[in-house]
Amino acid sequence: MESVGGIIMYWIIVLAIVIFSVLTVTTRKILRAATYLLFTLFATAALYFKLDYEFLGAVQIAVYAGGIVVLFVFSILLTSHPGDNSEKLVSRKKLLGIVASIATLVIAGYALISRCSVMFANLPEGENPPMKLLGETLMGTGEGQYLLPFEAISVLLLACIIGGVVVARKR
Amino acid sequence: MNTTIAIFILAIPLFMFLLLGLCGKKMSHPLAGILGTCGMGAVLVLSYITAFTYFFSGSPEFITEAGERLQVVVFNQTWLQFTDTLIIKLGFLLDPISAMMLIVIPTISFMVHLYSLGYMRDHHGVYEHGFQRFYAFLSLFSFSMLGLVVATNIFQMYIFWELVGASSYLLIGFYYKKPSAVSASKKAFIVTRFADLGFLIGILILSFYTGTFDFMQLTSTPVEGAQNIFHVSADTAMGVKEWIAANPAPTFMGASVLTWALVLIFMGGMGKSAMMPLHIWLPDAMEGPTPVSALIHAATMVVAGVYLVARLFPLYIMEEAALNFITVVGAVTAFYAAMVACTQVDIKRVLAFSTISQIAFMMVSLGVARPDFHHGIGYMASMFHLFTHAMFKALLFLGAGALIHAIGSNDYTAMHGLRKYMPITHITFLIGCLAIAGIIPFAGFFSKDEILTACFGNSVVWYVIMSCVAGLTAFYMFRLYYLIFWWKEHKIHDPHHTPHDQPWTMTLPLVILAAISCVAGFVPFGNLVTWNGEPMFDHANFWTNLVHLDWGVAGISLGVSVIGIALATVMYRKENPLPDKLSNALPTLWDWCYHRFYWDELYMFVTHKIIFNCISRPIAWFDRHIIDGAMDGLAYVTNKASYAIKGLQSGKVQMYVWIYLIGALLLGLITGLCLM
Amino acid sequence: MDLTVIWYIVPSLIMFCCGIYGFITRKNMIAMLISLELMLNAVDINFVVFNRYLFPGQLEGMFFTLFAIAIAAAETALAIAIIINVYRWAKHIDASDITQMKH
Repeated sequence: MESVGGIIMYWIIVLAIVIFSVLTVTTRKILRAATYLLFTLFATAALYFKLDYEFLGAVQIAVYAGGIVVLFVFSILLTSHPGDNSEKLVSRKKLLGIVASIATLVIAGYALISRCSVMFANLPEGENPPMKLLGETLMGTGEGQYLLPFEAISVLLLACIIGGVVVARKR
Repeated sequence: MNTTIAIFILAIPLFMFLLLGLCGKKMSHPLAGILGTCGMGAVLVLSYITAFTYFFSGSPEFITEAGERLQVVVFNQTWLQFTDTLIIKLGFLLDPISAMMLIVIPTISFMVHLYSLGYMRDHHGVYEHGFQRFYAFLSLFSFSMLGLVVATNIFQMYIFWELVGASSYLLIGFYYKKPSAVSASKKAFIVTRFADLGFLIGILILSFYTGTFDFMQLTSTPVEGAQNIFHVSADTAMGVKEWIAANPAPTFMGASVLTWALVLIFMGGMGKSAMMPLHIWLPDAMEGPTPVSALIHAATMVVAGVYLVARLFPLYIMEEAALNFITVVGAVTAFYAAMVACTQVDIKRVLAFSTISQIAFMMVSLGVARPDFHHGIGYMASMFHLFTHAMFKALLFLGAGALIHAIGSNDYTAMHGLRKYMPITHITFLIGCLAIAGIIPFAGFFSKDEILTACFGNSVVWYVIMSCVAGLTAFYMFRLYYLIFWWKEHKIHDPHHTPHDQPWTMTLPLVILAAISCVAGFVPFGNLVTWNGEPMFDHANFWTNLVHLDWGVAGISLGVSVIGIALATVMYRKENPLPDKLSNALPTLWDWCYHRFYWDELYMFVTHKIIFNCISRPIAWFDRHIIDGAMDGLAYVTNKASYAIKGLQSGKVQMYVWIYLIGALLLGLITGLCLM
Repeated sequence: MDLTVIWYIVPSLIMFCCGIYGFITRKNMIAMLISLELMLNAVDINFVVFNRYLFPGQLEGMFFTLFAIAIAAAETALAIAIIINVYRWAKHIDASDITQMKH
């Protein structure tokens, strides 16, 4: 049984996620879209906190909200002129998008509700995984530990940095 | 027996082929020729050592105390192992006939190598185009032929059999820019390949029912206490026959499996040895260089068929039907070829038909051989004739080559009266003619006499037919001789370019072969080569053959030959109208002979009119319209469909995503519906 | 009221559908990229929720999300570099007008 405070918290987070997601894709100002995305990501981070994954929430805020959104903002400023609105959507295209998203919603939602019994599982007792465990799991080489992917990601990021520089530099 | 020598006999020509074939272009012409000749000379020495050791050393591994000659397996290596029972071996079998061939092949091959040094260049000393290639192919041929004769099993024989066919094809088509040479090489290849199909089926039948390829198991039994020594035994062959009969083996058209296998194997021999009706390739094969004709198409390769039958002879004597078939085919071929040879104009064609006729002699001799008559004298006679014929026919061909080289034409009408200009060629050619005509004491007389004796022992019919052929042989050879060297006087148009004897590289082989042709008849073959290795005479020396002559048979055959020669002398010694009169008197016969009884036309009719029109054309139509059509249709549909869906690749990412999404959703939906 | 799995999955689904809508309708490449981030985020939420509810003692889902965030960062950085390059070349970043890549 969830506490009342928890339920209120839940509803705030979920409403934020839904509303800001919709706003992200419907606003005509690109800079605003980036801002709404930032809010969505914050709300997601809050969700992680609520599920007791504090480290993950922190990473979400640091990398997504702090890194990626800033990248977006810079690139938006580089590629568009302030005050530009995107064109009004052609109705046909809008229709296509709505059909696609509604179809996804219906089919996936139907599948979720009718075919997956786990959907109604209750929150089991659990607690915030201690930082020491997280560190050991990330840096360990044993079974169920992630040093190799970690290193792969670091190499990927390096490659990505170099690639970004090479692609974007002036000839 | 020394294994190293045996390996070198095969390895040297193969190495020469690789060396000259791969590096020949980098060598100068004389170097390539001399290398090839020296290689062959080395093989000659090694083979002589091997053969003479086998025949005359008297070592107990070669001959028993009773004088029976044995089969020695010098080495026998597994080459391909497919299953536990299907094993193909390569080996070296030494027995009387392979030892004899080890004398014949290197001798002729060496002579031809030497001769070609002179022949394959023109009067100004410029070498023919592809001179090195020529020597490479000669080496390949020598290797293949040696491998064939020393084969320890029938499959090895088949492999080398095909190799000699391939090198024959390459050498006939040596002048590949000449259309007639190209078509002749194709003809030879296709006809012999067709015959080899029969050979292969025969091998498969025989080995399927006997479970072995090895000659030693098919025809011989091991000598006690020795691993590699066997003696030819009729009991083994009888055992094979009984084993086949005892096991559930079907009969086909009234003949047993063994008969069919032997007849089919003989069919391969018919192709290689140019027996009727598969003889048509040999006259055309004369398009190749003359030394090649001497080596391959007179002395060695074409007798492979005879050798094959001789090799399996203990099996053949188990099946009278197969032997009779061989006799009939041989007799018909001999008579036919001799008739045709009387009318040909091209001197090489005359020699080609003469070769066909002589090989048919050997076949008849094998066909009439029965072990109960004079120790199977026919077998011995056949091998004897093979030996002597190789010598004098190579001599005749090389002589003809010298003439052609001097005159620049194959046609005797361009020659007439050459005896004063080319004395060495004249004398040696005359010796060759006397030898083939069967005049005592030249080689051909003795071997032909033995064959006629063997025929007489079987049936008088064969004796009469073969005697007639012998007479015809004498006639057409001397007709050729007189037309080349006598007939009317040669008019010399240009005193600076008189025909003359050729350089020593060409005359030396002629002289050597002529010398061999004079004395080869005295080789006591009866004590060297018999079907089961047992000697025919108690003691043998130089005069044995002469002493043991059956003067009744010999006198008649000599008489027939003399009559043939006399007839030729009357008709052709001086220019006279007799030949024309004769041909006008018998126009049909002359026409048929001149056109080789229209065999080529018959084949043309069958292949072009019947097979091409009735079988190949519908198949070609089917191929072009149905199979190609299906492929074209497929391509057409693909092409059109591609154009139709080209618009889908718009470059608009969002459209791609939308289509992908629809696909993914549909897939999910279908999965969901199916699980429901 | 019990907060079962479905209560978290449905908002994530809505987020995902918003991402699809945005990706299909927006012309600006950066806006498309933002929509893509939305979709990725929705997937991340699913991983975390499943991990928390179904396998509470383990950390696989969480780490998967962690790596997905890192890869998303890398991907975004590279994509933005490309977009800036396209902008230099075409003077705009309108995805529907940049179709030369099909050739």
